[in-house]
Amino acid sequence: MGLENPLFESLPDILTVKLDAVINWARKSSIWPATFGLACCAIEMMNSVSARNDLSRFGAETFRASPRQADVMIVSGRVSRKMAPVLRRIYDQMPEPKWVISMGACATSGGVFDNYAIVQGVDKVVPVDIYIPGCPPRPEMLVHAIMMLQDKIMKESVKERADTFEEESRRSIVPGTLPVTEGTKLEEQAEHASTRPYTVPSKHEKRRTS
Amino acid sequence: MSNTNDLQEFVEKLKAHNADWVSEVVDALGEITIIVPAESVVDICAFLKAEHGFDMLADLCGCDRGPEEDPRFEVNYHLFSTTHYKRLRLKVLLTEDNPNVKTVTGLWKTANWHERETYDLLGIIFDEHPDLRRILLPSDFDGHALRKDYPLRGYEPYSLT
Repeated sequence: MGLENPLFESLPDILTVKLDAVINWARKSSIWPATFGLACCAIEMMNSVSARNDLSRFGAETFRASPRQADVMIVSGRVSRKMAPVLRRIYDQMPEPKWVISMGACATSGGVFDNYAIVQGVDKVVPVDIYIPGCPPRPEMLVHAIMMLQDKIMKESVKERADTFEEESRRSIVPGTLPVTEGTKLEEQAEHASTRPYTVPSKHEKRRTS
Repeated sequence: MSNTNDLQEFVEKLKAHNADWVSEVVDALGEITIIVPAESVVDICAFLKAEHGFDMLADLCGCDRGPEEDPRFEVNYHLFSTTHYKRLRLKVLLTEDNPNVKTVTGLWKTANWHERETYDLLGIIFDEHPDLRRILLPSDFDGHALRKDYPLRGYEPYSLT
């Protein structure tokens, strides 16, 4: 005598719903974050999956070590200029649909690190869905951000993301273009190509910034 | 104040070997700093390593005294001996127009990365260095970040602010 019996008695065998509603409901119920801790905010991020805060209540407790299995990237901490291309590459490796949470003051705006070494806001590198203030934010705030992201996912349409995957994969940076060595051919090409070398413009981003 | 008589011995030995090698001696806080001419720093290090047991380069670092100073840059060599446990500091002064000094990687392998760091952050050129490129900052970085006249937020458009 569970929930099923009264449910099946009162409802017909077949229901008609919007496809978006079903798919978004499935997506929002299991958002897997990528394991990506950058600084002290990562400690709070780890705390949010602990027994006290228990992020698994919202289906987001499974931190994946591979970006290929992750849905949301929580940028937890300051992004140094050297980390920016790495962060962008991890974002590019994540399959669609994907979201980004900018956690804390440093990831959002550079925070107290207003200098040459720190990227002044991770939204210069990847498109951000949710910004969390705080230095560092409490785990509750991250849980709240996940819930806000779930609300946002419910408002999305599957059609909007349908065209982005193929287009993005065609235009994304090929492996081996990180500027870690000097004077390589790829790097020279990248210098001429764009003034924002770490950012791949895509339909996906244009849609979100508009 | 601790006694530096034992360290003064090495100064005397350096002077006895070649009087030009010692420009100035600073005796402070129980430490001896010998200011040496830039062109002979490799010979001095080789002499101290071979004859007086300074077999370890504990640290090599640069310093910018500010754009108004002349000479503007200094390079410090912190020597240590694993046999008699004494420490000695050599200091080379370099001008802004000619921030070149010969590398000591031939004597101590560890100098390789130390010199790369000094080049990266201060722009001091170590002549005959086997692999003088940036080590901490991104390879496309503009300028040298620890120079006193480097703007805190970096140069445009690199700063992305």
